[in-house]
Amino acid sequence: MENILQQTRYASLPEAGLQKQDWTHKSVVMEKFEKYDADQRGTVGEIHVADPRMTCRNVDVFYGDAHAIKDVSIDIGRNEVIAMIGPSGCGKSTFIRCLNRMNDTIDICQVTGEILLDDMNIYGKDVDVVPLRAQVGMVFQKPNPFPKSIYDNVVYGPKIHGLVQNRIEEDEIVETSLQRAGLWDEVKDRLDQPGTGLSGGQQQRLCIARTIAVSPEVILMDEPCSALDPIATAKIEELIDELRAQYTIVIVTHSMQQAARVSQRTAYFHLGDLIEVGETKKIFTNPRHTLTEDYITGRFG
Amino acid sequence: MNSKGNEPARPLDIIRRRLHKRYNAEKRFKLYGITAIFLSLAFLFLLFVSIIGNGYSAFQQTHLQLEFYFDPDLIDTANPAASNFPGIVKQTLRQKFPQAKKRREKKQLNSLVSTGAAFQLQDMVEKNPGLVGRTEKIWVPADDDVDMLFKGHISRDVPESDRRLSDFQLQVIETLEKERAVRKRFNATFFTAGDSREPELAGILGAMSGSLLTLALTLALSFPIGGAAAVYLEEFAPRNRWVDLIEVNINNLAAVPSIVFGLLGLAVFINFFNLPRSTPVVGGLVLTIMTLPVIIIASRASLQSVPPSIREAALGVGASKMQMVFHHVLPLALPGMLTGTIIGMARALGETAPLLMIGMVAFIVDIPTGFTDPATALPVQIFLWADSPERAFVERTSAAIIVLLAFLIIMNSLAVILRNRFERRW
Ligand SMILES: Nc1ncnc2c1ncn2[C@@H]1O[C@H](COP(=O)(O)OP(=O)(O)OP(=O)(O)O)[C@@H](O)[C@H]1O
Ligand SMILES: [Mg+2]
Repeated sequence: MENILQQTRYASLPEAGLQKQDWTHKSVVMEKFEKYDADQRGTVGEIHVADPRMTCRNVDVFYGDAHAIKDVSIDIGRNEVIAMIGPSGCGKSTFIRCLNRMNDTIDICQVTGEILLDDMNIYGKDVDVVPLRAQVGMVFQKPNPFPKSIYDNVVYGPKIHGLVQNRIEEDEIVETSLQRAGLWDEVKDRLDQPGTGLSGGQQQRLCIARTIAVSPEVILMDEPCSALDPIATAKIEELIDELRAQYTIVIVTHSMQQAARVSQRTAYFHLGDLIEVGETKKIFTNPRHTLTEDYITGRFG
Repeated sequence: MNSKGNEPARPLDIIRRRLHKRYNAEKRFKLYGITAIFLSLAFLFLLFVSIIGNGYSAFQQTHLQLEFYFDPDLIDTANPAASNFPGIVKQTLRQKFPQAKKRREKKQLNSLVSTGAAFQLQDMVEKNPGLVGRTEKIWVPADDDVDMLFKGHISRDVPESDRRLSDFQLQVIETLEKERAVRKRFNATFFTAGDSREPELAGILGAMSGSLLTLALTLALSFPIGGAAAVYLEEFAPRNRWVDLIEVNINNLAAVPSIVFGLLGLAVFINFFNLPRSTPVVGGLVLTIMTLPVIIIASRASLQSVPPSIREAALGVGASKMQMVFHHVLPLALPGMLTGTIIGMARALGETAPLLMIGMVAFIVDIPTGFTDPATALPVQIFLWADSPERAFVERTSAAIIVLLAFLIIMNSLAVILRNRFERRW
């Protein structure tokens, strides 16, 4: 066991030179023991990755006076799928919405700390959220296609960002996006019909197509399969696996099986604390924090 | 206590026992609803019956057929307006009824034909100067008292002193009746003329175009301003005390009695800005101020009802706030905003009090054609006619109400049609 710890510690020494600023805060990583009790908050496991795309440091989120995210630090690696799990209300959605500043739309929501996207602090003063959200796309829990045609749904993002110039390019981006989202064959004959007329699973894949049409670098997915049947879910999981080659994907899920199937790393949240992060396999086979273990073994949640 | 008393009651039994109570409550509630709807329908029916019953006869007008001699001595062909057409009418009547000897009788004879007859003859001569010197049989409008007689509002059986028509006048009319020279014809004047002191010459067109001009201005101003205000307040304004204050004020304004807006218009637009009084310009401005709060409130409600998921979707692909609003939120909110606007317009169409304050209650014969022409509006016309003593104005009042209601129905149908059209597109 000591061995494993050593290994983790070793792996944790970051190559990217991030340690300079990182270790000031009390709670970031607890590495002393192999197992931790419920009353020990602070993050267990490996928050670092060798090649991070996004770096979150000491992130706090408040809704008015309510402290929804408490001092969370975590790296999100390039071309990895990271799953966020945890009991309902623990702040998964809140956290993921910080990553593309979607929380800006909530007046009472306040975010402090640092979130870097490729070394740019996205909460910096002069950061424009419009290109940021083009870079960090989002798929929501409930499929929310625009009440427009399937075609317009997909082409809307590229159009407003000026990624397409003419009809030919538009057609092309619609086809490739729908194909990558695995929806093309089902809708190619009715692109002019409203996107809201599709089934729930198709709608969600349409939303994914809409998101990848703007070629984001990171895709955030907040329980993308919670409204879908197992077949649609399987399709989307397959899709996530394919997308991984090009994108960084952060997925919130309530299904431990899903997290295990699609993700390489898993983060466990509990009442606003990031309790444990690590390789998915390790988290599910050998959780080190009692809270993680309790959640995974189904003792609560 | 029966034998089952000790056994615990099964939940299903408890549910069953209460079931008919629940159904009864439901039935009662339905009954209340149906009663309420029936009552309001009954009142609506009553309103329609009484208004249409009173008003339909105004769409007909009694006409008399007389043989007019276009006497060259009385007509100045070069300047028909200066000719003595009333003299021609008098001459015609005196020749046809020579039994009118006394001055009083002659006067009574003349008053059987509307003063409009002379204008009608003048029109004919202006159009066709060849008529001069000829004799023509022409239908001319009868006086409103004759009209009332034929519509049954004046009885022939009461003593002469209780009747607006003398025995002599009745004799004349009977003679004409025997000659089949009295007939009720479609009252085109009602739709082509402005107001008049003579009921048989009074029409609704002046008030209608006054209303139209006023409403056009109101719509042109209040929809863009109200819509923009609603969009700003709902989508862009920061949430702070100032915005709350504005919101409270808008809600208050919506509840302010309309006459206050009339006073405001009088003080600001007429006395301060010196805009011409009694005109659609001022009327439109006043009604704009009056409808703005209604439109803002309806538009905000409509904007609020756009699901947040659509906004998130738009922002999620990187739309700016402006793009989110104009590409996604507004198109979805527009049907509701339009409905609110049309309801506001309908209210403005029926508004009377503020127009009284800015002088749109004047007696205006000419039909307004521009925003700065003196004008009245439909509801004000109704008010004016309802206030007139002549019996013939009673039916005209109801007829004007019918016209107003027709406009309201058209506007509301338009709202429904527009909304459906838009909704289908989305
Ligand atoms: N708009 C909001 N205003 C105020 N409080 C909020 C808001 N959104 C979330 N919260 C609070 O923040 C906490 C975290 O909520 P969040 O939605 O992030 O949980 P979650 O982990 O996504 O839960 P679930 O799994 O049920 O989606 C909760 O206590 C919630 O009540
Ligand atoms: Mg959530």
